[in-house]
This record gives sequence, C-alpha cells and structure tokens, in this order.
Amino acid sequence: MPAREGTYGLLAEFDTPGDLIRAAQQARQDGWRRMDCYTPYPVEEAAEAIGFHRNKVPLVTLVGGLMGLAAMFSLETWISTLAYPLNIAGRPTYSWPAFIVPAYEWTILWAGLSAAFGMMALNGLPSLYHPLFNAPNFRDGATTDKFFLCLEALDPKFDAVETKAYLQAFQPQSVVEVEY
Amino acid sequence: MATSEIKTNDPGIDPATGEYRVIAPGQTFKSVTEKIARIVLTPTTPLGWFAIFGIGGAVATMLLVAVVWLFLTGVGIWAITQPVAWGFAIINFVWWIGIGHAGTLISAILLLFKQGWRNSINRFAEAMTIFAVVCAGMFPLIHVGRPWLGYWLLPYPNTMNVWPQFRSPLLWDVFAVSTYATISVVFWYIGMVPDFGTLRDRSESKLGQYVYGMLSMGWRGSVRHWMRYETASLLLAGLATPLVLSVHTVISFDFAVAVLPGWHTTIFPPYFVAGAIYSGFAMVLTLAIPLRKFYHLEGLVTERHIDNMGKVMLATGFIVAYGYGMEAFMAWYSASHWEAFMFWNRMFGPMGWSYWVLITCNLAIPLTTLWSRKLRTSISFMFFISIVVNTGMWFERFVIVVTSLYRDFLPSSWGTYRATKWDYMTYVGTLGLFTALFLLFVRFLPMIPMSEIRMMLPGAKIKAKTAAGAGD
Repeated sequence: MPAREGTYGLLAEFDTPGDLIRAAQQARQDGWRRMDCYTPYPVEEAAEAIGFHRNKVPLVTLVGGLMGLAAMFSLETWISTLAYPLNIAGRPTYSWPAFIVPAYEWTILWAGLSAAFGMMALNGLPSLYHPLFNAPNFRDGATTDKFFLCLEALDPKFDAVETKAYLQAFQPQSVVEVEY
Repeated sequence: MATSEIKTNDPGIDPATGEYRVIAPGQTFKSVTEKIARIVLTPTTPLGWFAIFGIGGAVATMLLVAVVWLFLTGVGIWAITQPVAWGFAIINFVWWIGIGHAGTLISAILLLFKQGWRNSINRFAEAMTIFAVVCAGMFPLIHVGRPWLGYWLLPYPNTMNVWPQFRSPLLWDVFAVSTYATISVVFWYIGMVPDFGTLRDRSESKLGQYVYGMLSMGWRGSVRHWMRYETASLLLAGLATPLVLSVHTVISFDFAVAVLPGWHTTIFPPYFVAGAIYSGFAMVLTLAIPLRKFYHLEGLVTERHIDNMGKVMLATGFIVAYGYGMEAFMAWYSASHWEAFMFWNRMFGPMGWSYWVLITCNLAIPLTTLWSRKLRTSISFMFFISIVVNTGMWFERFVIVVTSLYRDFLPSSWGTYRATKWDYMTYVGTLGLFTALFLLFVRFLPMIPMSEIRMMLPGAKIKAKTAAGAGD
C-alpha cells in the first residue's frame, strides 16, 4: 500500500448493533459506498446494510477441494499402474476403489486449507497495521463491546465538516477523525 | 423428565422452558470479555495451575524416558510379540484419536445443527482434539521401530524408487490422521483469530500486545471480514464433519480389513465412530467440570451443557451397545466355528475379565443412570461417569486388540499378553503430556470463544425495526 497522508475517514461509535445498522442503512441509501462497519462479533444485518451480500470463499474452497481430489487420485493411479506396480495375487493394478480413501482425505485437506487461507487472503490479512488502529477509541471497543461505522475519505461524497455533521445526526457516542 | 425434579427458584433455570439456561443471566459483552480475557492476561498464575502443571510435566517426563529407552533398545521392551503383535501402542492410538473426535463433533457437527449451547465449550473441546491427536499420532510413529524413517510412509520420489502401497488401510491411516490433525489445527486457529484481536486490544503488557497482535493477523472486526469468516467457518465445519466420520472409519479398517475373527466385521466403522464420540464427550466432561470450578466459569459452562453432554453420551452409548450386541449375534449367526470360539473366549477365556470391565464401564453404569436428569445435572456424578466411560472405552480397544489376537487359529500358536512397565510408562506418560499441553492452552489462549459468546447475549438482539429497502 502506498504511503498516504491526511484523513482515512470518520468513525462513529455506537453502543448497540441496532443503532449501527440503522445508520449504515441510511448512509447506504444516501449514496455512500466507501464505508465499513466494525463489530465485536459477526452482525449479518450490518453486512447487508452496507451492501455486502456474497463472498468468494465457497468458490475458492470448491476449487481447492477439486484440486486435492485430482492430485491424490492421479498420484495413486500413476504410482500403482506405472511407477511401482505391485502384482499381488494377480489383482488389477488400477484398483480404483482402494484409491478413494486417500483421495477423499485430500479433497477435505485442500478444501479446508483453501477455505481458511482463502478467507484470510480475501480479507487482506495478515495486515498488522491499519489506519483505524490510530483512532483513540477503536481498539478499546471494536473487539469488545462497541459498534463502529466508518465513512471513508475515498468516497466522492466525503467532506470533513459536512460528513461529521451527517454522522452526528445518527446520535452516536462519538465521531472521530481517523488519520493515516 | 419432570421439571419438579429440580429447584424452580434457581436463577440458572429459564422459567419459560424449565430448562437450565445456556448462559447464566445478567452478563454483558463487557463482563464476558473481561471474565474470559482476564484468565489469559492476568500476570499472576494461580498456584493450583503450577501444582497440576508440575504433576503433568513430571508424568510427561516419564514418557520422555520411556521413549528414549525405546529408541535406544527397540520395541522389544514392550510386551508385543507373536501372537499379540499389536499391543498398547494401537490400543492407545485408537483411544486417543477417539477422544479427539468429540472436539470435532462439538465444533463442527453441532455448529451445522445450529446448537448454540456448544459455543461455551467448543474451544477447549477443539484444544482437547489437537492434544489428543498429538498423543495418538505418537504411537504409530514410535511403534514402527525406526521412527527416524517415519517419512517412508509418505509418497515421495526417492533413490530407492519405492512407492507406498495404496491398497493398505495402514497407508489410508497416514492420510486420514494427517489430514485430521491439519484441519483440526487450522479450524482451531481460525476460530481464535478474532479473540486474539480482543486479547491484543486488552493486553497491558508490551509483549502480550506484540504476540497476540501477530497471532490476530491484524483482525479489526470489519463486517466484510466477518461475513467471509463466517462462511469459512461453516465450510470448515461442513468439511470436518465427513472428515471426523472418515477418520475413525479408516482406523476401524485397520482391523476390519484383516481376515481375523473378532476384527473382520462390517459393524466396525459405525461402531468405532460412535465409541469415539462416546469417549470424547466423556473426556470433555472430565476437563470441563474441574475447569469451570477452578476458573469460576459456572455462568458460561452451565448445568445445561453438562446435561446436554450427558444426553449425547446416552445416545452414543446405545449405539456402542448395539455394536457389542451385533458382534455377539454375528458370532452365533455366522455359524463360523472360529467366530464363535473367539467370542466365547473373549467373554469367558483367561482374559474374560477385561470384557466384563468394558461391559460394566460402558453399558451397565452409564446407560442405566444417564436417563435421570437429576443425575445428569449432578456435577460430581457426571465427573464420575466421565472417568468410568473413559476407562471403559480404553478397555474396549484392549478387548478388540488383545482377545482377538492371543488365541490364534492353531492352538500351538496361542499366547498371552502382559504389558511391561515400559508399556504403562508410555501410556500414563501421554496422559501427563496431554495434561501439560492442556494447562498451557488454558493459561495462554482464550479457552472460551468470546466472539461466539457475545452473539448469544441479550445485547446482541437487534430490537428496533430496520429501515425499509435494506438488504436488497
């Protein structure tokens, strides 16, 4: 990320998830797009309110799982028929039913790793620094008991003075400016 | 069960349903966070922790001694020989893996079934899974004789030009157990990431902020992150569910694929899985009951949890009972001379005592008493039952391994099995290792998932009607 200066956005703090959702819905209706909510536990309604409905984690997981399946099944087939065929009482070398078990395990292994690491990658984590951590009240509440709405400066509607007044109208506990 | 059995003025009971509440009333986001985070972040460690850690560590040291001697001299120090070539190592392996399964069941299957009560116990049940898999995984590795060549189990290109045999259940085991260990660790870690964020923000020491900050990977609770996180958790749960069933199925194949009376039966996969969950829930109780007492978590791990776990044990106990019954029935119905002899000998032979210990511990005591809600919500009784079932399940594996092997087809090759002191040291040593690892977990990691508990509090209910047109 290129080094930036100035304001990242304005952060409004709420006490209850209901207040946050109402504010987020109104902001979305008023045309805000560059915004995010921060909550101490998953609040699905808040994600809906800012227009975040779908994510790509299931797709990543499916692709990962299929890759695991294909990788292990072809490895087993190659080893058992070409690389190291074992003739045990004349049984067929391509005994695919026996190959199902490791292939099944690897489907789950790769799908699970894809779900976990895919989720992290899509979230842009790990990222140990984020401008929001500069806000004095953020770390005190965002992971404990407070609910935050951040309107970001990158949104074309952003204006340091007007936006602050706009957020104040939702009657939050506080509105603070977040620096990069 | 009638509600009148229990005190109705108990604040832990919901008057609407007459059931114990999942979480005791009067708790807020702040109080729950405070309570759980303080256990980890407090600079003073309770003396009791040191005492138990000391005992666990000392016993784990015994394991170290036993394993070092094993590496120096070989598996001959164990009691394994013909005809009982699989002794304590495989018994303990299956027993430990089985214990681990309840952790996955609680964290994955109960999540899919939307059983909210699991939230209080899932984290330490998952930790139990991982430490149990650590103990379990050790046994096959030290049993192979030359453990430094353990990587030969894996398919990798080598100068010997040799590849593994993919038709063997023992190789399937390698993939099943390694996948299980990996996915369990990933699921556990991902589950802790938001709580690491909380610990980072609440820690007062520089070191704590630094370490938990690294572990949290910069988690900041964005709802976009949360939604992907929830999807990933559900997917991991959906993947772990068939995984946990497959792992014990594959382990039962180690036995069932062999053409040996007492092992060669199709009931083994479901009966092994049910037995695993049975013993695993017993171990969760063995751990949860002292923990909630010691750390005053009675408001979060309530009688409701103990009661529900008792019900799960009752159900899985009956599946196990069906398994035992079906084994006996097939020994008669198959009209196989060898099957019938094996089963008769299992019950009344020289090792018959072990079969009756198993029947007493797994069927006679728990399946008669767990019907009573009064007993299921009695903490001391449930602790007793958990120990009984853990013992019984260990004997189940002992019976399956030893009494199927020690009377071979030919009387000339009959033998017996008597474990040596090294066998006992290794087994008891893993109990110490498990205790020590678990205590480290309790001291340094959040043992109850704070973010999931917050979701269940009254404050998380969204009261007012939300604006129209939202969520479209």
